[in-house]
Amino acid sequence: MEALYLLIPLSVIVVFVALWVFFRAMDGGQFDDLEGPGMRILQDDDSAHPETDDSQGHTKK
Amino acid sequence: MNRTPIKSIRPCFHCGLPVPEGGHWYVRVDAMEQPMCCPGCKAVAQAIVDSGLTTYYSSRQHLPEGVAAPLPDALSLYDSPELAAQFTNDAGDAQAILSVEGIRCSACVWLIEKRLSQVPGLKSANLNVSTEKLQVIWDAALSKPSDIIRAVREVGYVAYPFDPIQHGDLLRKNARTMFKQLFVAGLSMMQVMMYALPVYWSDAGSIESDLEQLMRWASLLLTLPAEMYSAQPFFRGAWTDIKMSTPGMDVPVALGIAAGFIGSAWSTITGVGDVYFDSVTMFIFLLLASRYVELIARRRAAASLEKLQYALPESAHLMVGFPSSRNTTMVAASTLRAGDFILSKPGEAIPVDSLIIDGETTIDLSLLTGESHPQPRRIGESVASGAVNISQPVILRVEKVARDSTLAALIRLIESAGQGKPTLALWADRVATWFVGALLVFALVVLAFWSWHDATRAWPIAIAVLVVSCPCALSLATPSALAAVTDRLLRQGVLVIQPHVIETLYRTTHVVLDKTGTLTEGRPQLRQTTILGQASREQVLHIAAALESGSAHPLSRALVEAAEQLSARNVDVEAITHHVGQGLEGKIDGEIFRIGSHAFVSALSGVAVLADEPHDMTCIYLGTTSVWLARFDLSDALKLDAQAVITYFQSQDKQVILLSGDAPGIVHRMADTLGIDDAHGGMLPQQKLEFVQQLQNKGARVAMVGDGINDAAVLRAADVSFAMGSGAALAQSHADAVLLSAKLSSLIDAAEAAAACMQVIRQNLAWATLYNLVAIPAAALGLLAPWMAGLGMSVSSAVVVINALRLERLPRRSHSLEMAH
Repeated sequence: MEALYLLIPLSVIVVFVALWVFFRAMDGGQFDDLEGPGMRILQDDDSAHPETDDSQGHTKK
Repeated sequence: MNRTPIKSIRPCFHCGLPVPEGGHWYVRVDAMEQPMCCPGCKAVAQAIVDSGLTTYYSSRQHLPEGVAAPLPDALSLYDSPELAAQFTNDAGDAQAILSVEGIRCSACVWLIEKRLSQVPGLKSANLNVSTEKLQVIWDAALSKPSDIIRAVREVGYVAYPFDPIQHGDLLRKNARTMFKQLFVAGLSMMQVMMYALPVYWSDAGSIESDLEQLMRWASLLLTLPAEMYSAQPFFRGAWTDIKMSTPGMDVPVALGIAAGFIGSAWSTITGVGDVYFDSVTMFIFLLLASRYVELIARRRAAASLEKLQYALPESAHLMVGFPSSRNTTMVAASTLRAGDFILSKPGEAIPVDSLIIDGETTIDLSLLTGESHPQPRRIGESVASGAVNISQPVILRVEKVARDSTLAALIRLIESAGQGKPTLALWADRVATWFVGALLVFALVVLAFWSWHDATRAWPIAIAVLVVSCPCALSLATPSALAAVTDRLLRQGVLVIQPHVIETLYRTTHVVLDKTGTLTEGRPQLRQTTILGQASREQVLHIAAALESGSAHPLSRALVEAAEQLSARNVDVEAITHHVGQGLEGKIDGEIFRIGSHAFVSALSGVAVLADEPHDMTCIYLGTTSVWLARFDLSDALKLDAQAVITYFQSQDKQVILLSGDAPGIVHRMADTLGIDDAHGGMLPQQKLEFVQQLQNKGARVAMVGDGINDAAVLRAADVSFAMGSGAALAQSHADAVLLSAKLSSLIDAAEAAAACMQVIRQNLAWATLYNLVAIPAAALGLLAPWMAGLGMSVSSAVVVINALRLERLPRRSHSLEMAH
């Protein structure tokens, strides 16, 4: 039970850290577009020549 | 502001320009007299200091560009002549559309409008809750723009002239702040609940008192962010309410939150008594959540409107040298003048009302009329601004400047639409205000009673009473339903301008219809084709259309349109000659064809074959050398959906009446076809007006449907009026609502939406009443814990808003063509 005397204050600190992280993320615009990044990940724009060797884009490591 | 070198090297504290010698303008900033270069800078700096924004000077990294940079709080800048010009409307009155920040519920609307009514010279003030826009008209001689803005700020809201970009930023910022507050409240609620649960679940005294005290302190710490950050909107709102002595829903909420927190904090510090941190955080979270839902609902309700406002393109491709050169230059759409030639490319919106002079295309009118199918347009036909060119580039001749074009007129109508409040909503607002006052007194009585009866429970019970009541369900019930239904109708092609339309349409007893342009198309259409020779119907129509294709006569257009329904075929016609008042002659594959009157064709085709022409139609004959081909009967066609609309209203036990200026014979025949018992022909506008007034004197509520311009007087006299709106007619419309698609069946949509809306309003009001009747006594009797009260209240508001959102959904079946057949 003694552990609780440490864990409870610790949990309070963790909550405040979580809030701080959330505020950073929110102000950084991470929650502004919740759908776009998910769609963007599907686009194969990592291939060097998107028009000519599109198939390579899929097999690329 | 003399830029020539001067001896004094002191820069102006505000703008950085050197202060001229002998300059005597100073402003006290952070206890220091700072020099200013001119009275303008002094005014701005003073405004900044007075509004407590001194940190602007300590934190700014750049000097303002130009001397009088319009800082948000430099209100007097709005009075400068350049800015004031944008506030003036045609009638000479000043008119402004302002963005208003911080609207929470309908009580805010009432408050702002009440405060504005005290501004000298104010003519009208309308606040649209769903768009957060305030439209003010006032006498420019009596008040300045800054007086208006200041009046709004005095009651605790931030207002500034509407600017789409700034407005968008504002909406995003608000939503972001609200989400942050919601998140903080949620996290804090969950964590506080973790510390509260062990105490609830264990037997009294089984937890070490040290540990329990530690958990209380932890809860206190974790409640702080929710109380100080998340609950801000409630405290701010309550403070404004108290300052204006108009108790709104924020007052009991703020009292409940504050009392719960202070009471619990006191218990924690002294170590005696109960704590309710879990209830407080949960209440804050649930209430914020229901407000967040409401915010999203409001944004959705305003979405179609916003779409329209962004639909007008800013630029156009002007063809300077047309027709000799086809080069285009990009110009601002507002600089286009009638007679200019512009190029419209596929995918672009058409900037101004114009006429196609080269090319043909299809256009998407869905924004303007709700019509979802692309419409074909060819040379000589007009296109409205806001329509989107879909398939081909076309060259257009500008007919109207951007300001007078269809979309601009539509936006003006919409901006003034939906801003007034129907009596039903006003009534609910008044009730809600009284309700809060009575509730505060009641909570005091309950507190006094329980202090005497059972002092340990007095505090939580009083909080529960404050928290459980839901005046917002009362005041949200009507506006949320109306906003949702107005948006849905706009998407269906019905623009509701007056706020009472929904309510009145629902209670209508008589529906009065005009004939021409309302029940009928207002232009001739091909009704039947009689084949006189060997050629098929398709062949004769193609020949007729080919002959008539160059003519702008309404009868010709009707034939061409009819042919377009068939499969496309190219018929080459040579040597077309017009015989004025008789018809057309042309050569196809070397053979001569004539189309026109009986006498004209028989001169080529020989003696008439038959002559039983229908008497209410216009007949056109087609023939070639000594062979008769066909007879086309044309008349002003009934709209396809006319019958469906009349049957619908009759099935709703509403009396349908046909009034027309046409000959009584034609009107009665049409009434017989449609099954209308009560039809009156040969009516002058004055007689129509008297007829409607007589009906009203007998106690009828009359809905009038007309074409909007010719029927202005009678439309105004009717209890609720609908105009068939399209194009130019829109701007002059005097009706309470406009059927943008010019489809009569939109009336059915409107009537059904009205019925659904009234039903939702009744459900909402009934729910709010029932909930409060049950919940408040239950809380007073001590049956509800504060957290249950918080949950109940939030759910109650959410039920009202979500119930209203149901109206947004379009009904699945449509009343278009299949019903008319």
